[in-house]
Amino acid sequence: MNALGIVFSNIHDNNIPELTQVRTMGSIPFCGRYRLIDFALSNLVNSGITKVGLITKSNYQSLMDHVGSGKDWDLARRSGGLHILPPFGLKENVLYTTRLEALRGAQRFIARSTEEYVVMTDCDSVCSINLEEVLSYHVHNNADVTLLYVKKSADSIKSNLTKTVLNVNENGRVEELSFDPRVQGDVNLYVNICVLKRTLLQTLITDAYSHNYSHFGKDILARNVNSLRIYAYEHKGYFVALNSLVDYYSESLKMLDRKVRDEIFREVDVFTKVKDSAPTRYGASACVKNSLIADGCVIEGTVENSIIFRGVKIGRGTVVKNSILMQGTITGENVSLNAIITDKNVVIKDRRVLSACETHPFYISKNNII
Amino acid sequence: MILRKKCMAMLLAGGQGSRLYALTNKIAKPAVSFGGKYRIIDFPLSNCVNSGIDTVGVLTQYQPLILNEYIGNGQPWDLDRNFGGVHILSPYQAKEGSEWFKGTANAIYQNLYFVKRYNPEHVLILSGDHIYKMDYSKMLERHIETNADCTIAAFEVPMEEASRFGILNVKDDGEIYEFEEKPKQPKSNLASMGIYIFKAEKLYKYLEEDEKLEGSRNDFGGDVLPRMLSLGEKMMSYRFSGYWKDVGTISSLYEANMDLLGDTPNFQVDDKAWIIRSRNPIAPPHYISDNAKVVNSAVISGCEIYGTVENSVLSHNVEIEEGASVISSVIFSGVKIKKGAKIVNSIIAEDAVIGENAVVGAVTEDKKIAVVGGGITISSGKTVEAGAMVEKDV
Repeated sequence: MNALGIVFSNIHDNNIPELTQVRTMGSIPFCGRYRLIDFALSNLVNSGITKVGLITKSNYQSLMDHVGSGKDWDLARRSGGLHILPPFGLKENVLYTTRLEALRGAQRFIARSTEEYVVMTDCDSVCSINLEEVLSYHVHNNADVTLLYVKKSADSIKSNLTKTVLNVNENGRVEELSFDPRVQGDVNLYVNICVLKRTLLQTLITDAYSHNYSHFGKDILARNVNSLRIYAYEHKGYFVALNSLVDYYSESLKMLDRKVRDEIFREVDVFTKVKDSAPTRYGASACVKNSLIADGCVIEGTVENSIIFRGVKIGRGTVVKNSILMQGTITGENVSLNAIITDKNVVIKDRRVLSACETHPFYISKNNII
Repeated sequence: MILRKKCMAMLLAGGQGSRLYALTNKIAKPAVSFGGKYRIIDFPLSNCVNSGIDTVGVLTQYQPLILNEYIGNGQPWDLDRNFGGVHILSPYQAKEGSEWFKGTANAIYQNLYFVKRYNPEHVLILSGDHIYKMDYSKMLERHIETNADCTIAAFEVPMEEASRFGILNVKDDGEIYEFEEKPKQPKSNLASMGIYIFKAEKLYKYLEEDEKLEGSRNDFGGDVLPRMLSLGEKMMSYRFSGYWKDVGTISSLYEANMDLLGDTPNFQVDDKAWIIRSRNPIAPPHYISDNAKVVNSAVISGCEIYGTVENSVLSHNVEIEEGASVISSVIFSGVKIKKGAKIVNSIIAEDAVIGENAVVGAVTEDKKIAVVGGGITISSGKTVEAGAMVEKDV
């Protein structure tokens, strides 16, 4: 696929402040062994893209640790491969605050590339998308920009001002972009994945800078909806964007449904950093129901309706229900957890009882000892 | 600075593994699955890397395709190096003619050119059919300290089993004074583990001489080592006392897998200080359903479990449907076990399919292990007897 990938790792950090305190949106752990960026990177790689720029802003150490040289995505290459693009120190010496400023920082990388097209994607969603199909749709329509969208009920995006809704005509052309969530019924929700020509992107970035524009959607796409041929491509498969901690919790637990897992994992491989964990060992007293368990765990207690990340230990007599325990969480004996999210390396000592409500899960931050 | 290696390893991985029957029909013994996510060769390779040895020649001969692909450029073991790294060495056509590796010593002899390129001071010879964690750097230290020409790793086996091994008779300081190959009346229970460290010059000398000897089988244990001893070279033993298992037979391979289970397993692979590296499968975490039961077992990514799993080891992407049960068995990757099937005391190789309500294996007093070969289909309702070796669809 003759396209360059650009991944924004930070754009939605404010959505889940709890989880992004020590990391970027892209490095939020998901489904037992992944980080959100794995889904974006895997979509690019599985569609045949071999050069990817990863735009970072702050807190990106965990992200760099995760992606490393890119070899786990086959992106450690002599030609192309993964390029981490930290904020470019412009004279103003301030961090970018918008997508356009971020792109301006990556201008040289974009200019140096030779690919004809650019695919831009954020890291706030979980989905499996064949971008080759999107590109051929883009070429077929002779489009300038193609935006991906999913149909969602308006309720699901209420109270979220960062959402972009597309008004699409019968030919698939976008007639209007609105940023106002006061809509009803089903809406076409833009999922922050788009395709355009690399040279066009360069022009847009330069124009935006000279006009002091700051918002890619409002200032560029919405203003030019008549002069640019903006098309929309509907993704019909599973898609979820994570907008809050409650979202994170409920969408994580949806992965317990085989149908949802098949949508994401059946057709393609989702790549992630390899850990060389040992197999998970179940003790004689283990009792596990309806749960996803990653490698390297030791399970000696009871686990129900939960997601257990790599290297978690569940002690004897411990009961974990409706919870998400991230990498390296250690529970002692006779602990009881319900509707709890533990971040990495949390230790919960013997006989502690923690229970929250499934509509309001309780979050325990990284390295805490309870 | 002249580039040279203090110690490099040569790993003998060409064995046919004929006593593993159906499991080695298409793959070399060192590539046989072990412990859910490993292949046997991961253990010597990881031991090398963890011991600071970064140059390994892997000698392959029998059914090398899967093994070659698995090792690849050695990246999972950090053995993708500019100077050193892992290299597959297969028999080749030379000017004087081409031949298969005759014995273990001949295999190394044919690749001496490769060894000499790294100009090592010492050469470690390993075999690819043992499961163990061993720090070769300690053995090397001992080898250098005692100024031995050859050091042989040795393991104490139960006296009644000693006659199955090559036995080393040693003095108090560990110096070897006699070899006995599978003795009827063993004088000691110190068995050779097939792990040798040679001073490089001695290795070159004796391999080149051995090659010219009429009647030599070109084997380390049978020819080269006894000859070195008889010519007065200093041969030391190095005692190893951790877990060590030759997995050359179905029953020993099965037992070694079972040694990973239990609340305090006999053999621990989750040792943070001695990580066993392997080529990791790309698969989501494993899922255990509402009606499933998983106890005293080892399971890895990609498995979907809707039935019962007890005392078993599962590789990646194994599917166990509702009502199926897997008891005291070892299941390799990609196996599908359909509704109501029962697996007991068995090893099921890669991608086999066990049909609905089929029964494989049974509990017998002598613990016979049934084996279903890779890619085999057992049709619905069929029975595979205890200890059977299935190499064709049933």
